[in-house]
Amino acid sequence: MLQIKDLVVSVEGKTILQGVNLEVSPGEVHAVMGPNGSGKSTLANIIAGKEGYEVVSGSIHYQGKNLLDMDVEDRAREGIFMGFQYPVEIPGVSMNNFMRTAIDEIRKYRGEKPLSAKEFLALMNKKKKLVGLKESLAGRAVNEGFSGGEKKKNEIFQMALLEPVLAILDETDSGLDIDALKIVANGVNALKTKNTSTIVITHYQRLLDYIVPDRVHVLSDGQIIKSGNKELALELEEKGYGWLE
Amino acid sequence: MNSPENNKKEHQDKVLNEVSNSEYKYGFVTDIESESIEKGLNEDVIRLISAKKKEPGWLLEYRLDAYRKWKAMKSPTWAHLNIPPIDYQDIVYYSAPKKKKAEYESLDEVDPELLDTFNKLGIPLGEQKALAGVAVDAVFDSVSVKTTFQDTLEEKGIIFCSFSEAVQNHPELVRKHLSSVVPVDDNYFAALNSAVFSDGSFCYIPKGVRSPVELSTYFRINAANTGQFERTLIVAEDDSYVSYLEGCTAPQRDENQLHAAVVEIVAMKGAEVKYSTVQNWYPGNKEGKGGIYNFVTKRGITKGANSRISWTQVETGSSITWKYPSCILLGDNSSCEFYSVAVTNNHQQADTGTKMIHIGKNTRSTIISKGISAGKSQNSYRGLVKMTRKAENARNFSQCDSLLLGDQCGAHTWPYIKTFNDSSVVEHEATTSRISEDQLFYCQQRGMDEENSIRLIVNGYAKEVLNQLPMEFAVEAQKLLSISLEGSVG
Ligand SMILES: Nc1ncnc2c1ncn2[C@@H]1O[C@H](COP(=O)(O)OP(=O)(O)O)[C@@H](O)[C@H]1O
Ligand SMILES: [Mg+2]
Repeated sequence: MLQIKDLVVSVEGKTILQGVNLEVSPGEVHAVMGPNGSGKSTLANIIAGKEGYEVVSGSIHYQGKNLLDMDVEDRAREGIFMGFQYPVEIPGVSMNNFMRTAIDEIRKYRGEKPLSAKEFLALMNKKKKLVGLKESLAGRAVNEGFSGGEKKKNEIFQMALLEPVLAILDETDSGLDIDALKIVANGVNALKTKNTSTIVITHYQRLLDYIVPDRVHVLSDGQIIKSGNKELALELEEKGYGWLE
Repeated sequence: MNSPENNKKEHQDKVLNEVSNSEYKYGFVTDIESESIEKGLNEDVIRLISAKKKEPGWLLEYRLDAYRKWKAMKSPTWAHLNIPPIDYQDIVYYSAPKKKKAEYESLDEVDPELLDTFNKLGIPLGEQKALAGVAVDAVFDSVSVKTTFQDTLEEKGIIFCSFSEAVQNHPELVRKHLSSVVPVDDNYFAALNSAVFSDGSFCYIPKGVRSPVELSTYFRINAANTGQFERTLIVAEDDSYVSYLEGCTAPQRDENQLHAAVVEIVAMKGAEVKYSTVQNWYPGNKEGKGGIYNFVTKRGITKGANSRISWTQVETGSSITWKYPSCILLGDNSSCEFYSVAVTNNHQQADTGTKMIHIGKNTRSTIISKGISAGKSQNSYRGLVKMTRKAENARNFSQCDSLLLGDQCGAHTWPYIKTFNDSSVVEHEATTSRISEDQLFYCQQRGMDEENSIRLIVNGYAKEVLNQLPMEFAVEAQKLLSISLEGSVG
């Protein structure tokens, strides 16, 4: 599904990722952990296609295609979803309108008919229940006035609506209380299929009590310094990141 | 050279340049025989216009008086606009589609080309096909072509007709209210209009009547070298209500064309008038060639207590806009709102805003202005809030926001506040923002392309104003915003 080879990325002349290798297969959940500033968000952004980064060397392939050649929106339409660490507010644009536009464009790209108003609302309601999103939030402007927890739930809600092939969740767990955390985890688990993959970026092991990863990677100073199975996360929790260096 | 920053800049430039691809879809010319008078302006021309319209003597005198005052006045220079000199002798002041009779009795008598023009503009004039719930007066060049829904309106005693017809059929009403809000010498362009206005709409709502339909006037400039000077007068008697809409387009031409209109609204005790404009005159091409000079005076007076006027405008067209829909809040407890979205792209210039003159006690005014600038355009908000000595406990709230797309455009805000009593309150808020890279990335990550992302963000930004428009026009206005901004991002 996703192959990242020797990826070196810099921002404003500063090298952030220094040769990252990562391979994710269909059906797998990978966790990427690491201290603040280690380059986790940079990795997520580069997969999603955010501007302002320079790929110095290396490659990313997604479903056999050279991902770095694709526009941001085409990556999304091909099934890549990013849950933002800091979801953005878009004043005056209702969640309904926002998601309707997104879904219509993705369907158009895939040669599918647009959803009718009725089908769309039914879909919204179904997914709202799945992530326990308050009924009223969908009528409000995108993330405007949402609490931190609501913003994160809203990311999972959007993921549920878009049913991505590859989801990258960037610290979706931070700032959540345990109940919200469970809701987020349940959402992710419910959407899991044998054809879809998830990269969970997290600071803490506690999310991994609810989302069980197939692989855990430790990113430090722009390099994956250690990979292992889910026990690695527990070990990190106990000892911190220091012992790896 | 190949740094991400440079790539980004290149990309933005590319997208900005694509602005040129956005076509003005109303730019066609109707091939129709028209009757025009010679170019130029003098007292004889004014007499000729007045004679052609078979006007009563008092109206000719009114025009001549305005003309003499205009001659002594100077074109205003205080706006943040670069207005090339206008040769007023090079303009045709009267042009009308030729017709066999003075008045159309049925649609069959109207030139099919003309009907077709309005059809193409989405304004069907046949009663069967007419817009549901909207009575339309269509003004082509200088004359009114057709007013729909006459029967429905007559039943209620509502008068909605072309200004010329009103002069013939209701001279006493016209005489009573004409220039009761905008004096002939109010300003240079109002004086010019008063001298040469050709047609426009007249609207009278009797006491206690709520208009069952929206009243709408659609203005179309067709002929070359022709100015359009329409005059609109709306009188709402005690406790009446009307919602009025105005739309406008013009063909794509290399020369600039002058549009200098005057709109007056009188709201009596307890009356409410909603006036909405979707202004889409030809804006000129991407190099700034051609386009309409839109120099318009619009003013209302809340004459009676508890009356209310609201102005909503979506300004996307014209190469230069000079326009300040205003209100004199005379009646106690009366109120006025001004909602505006002004979009400028390429080389367009807009200096627009409002004046709220509070005279009555407990009067309220609200100003919501959203400027959106792209390309090399200049977009200014200019507003005056005046609390006179008598305006006890009057209040104003103003919110003036500017959104910039790209780094070659300009946004300016000039709020003037004059307060002559201690009990009134004026609040002013202003913001300037850009569409952020993060907002764009967020939308694009959800599968939207850049154009749609901008469309969504801009419409969200303007929503407070668009919400004020009647439903079908709100949809139209949203589309218009997107078209006006096609390809511009920064
Ligand atoms: N746009 C940027 N400009 C400059 N430095 C950046 C930018 N984005 C990230 N960085 C730097 O790159 C490093 C990694 O950041 P980030 O990927 O956000 O780390 P993490 O998500 O692991 O906390 C940090 O030192 C950060 O300051
Ligand atoms: Mg981060």
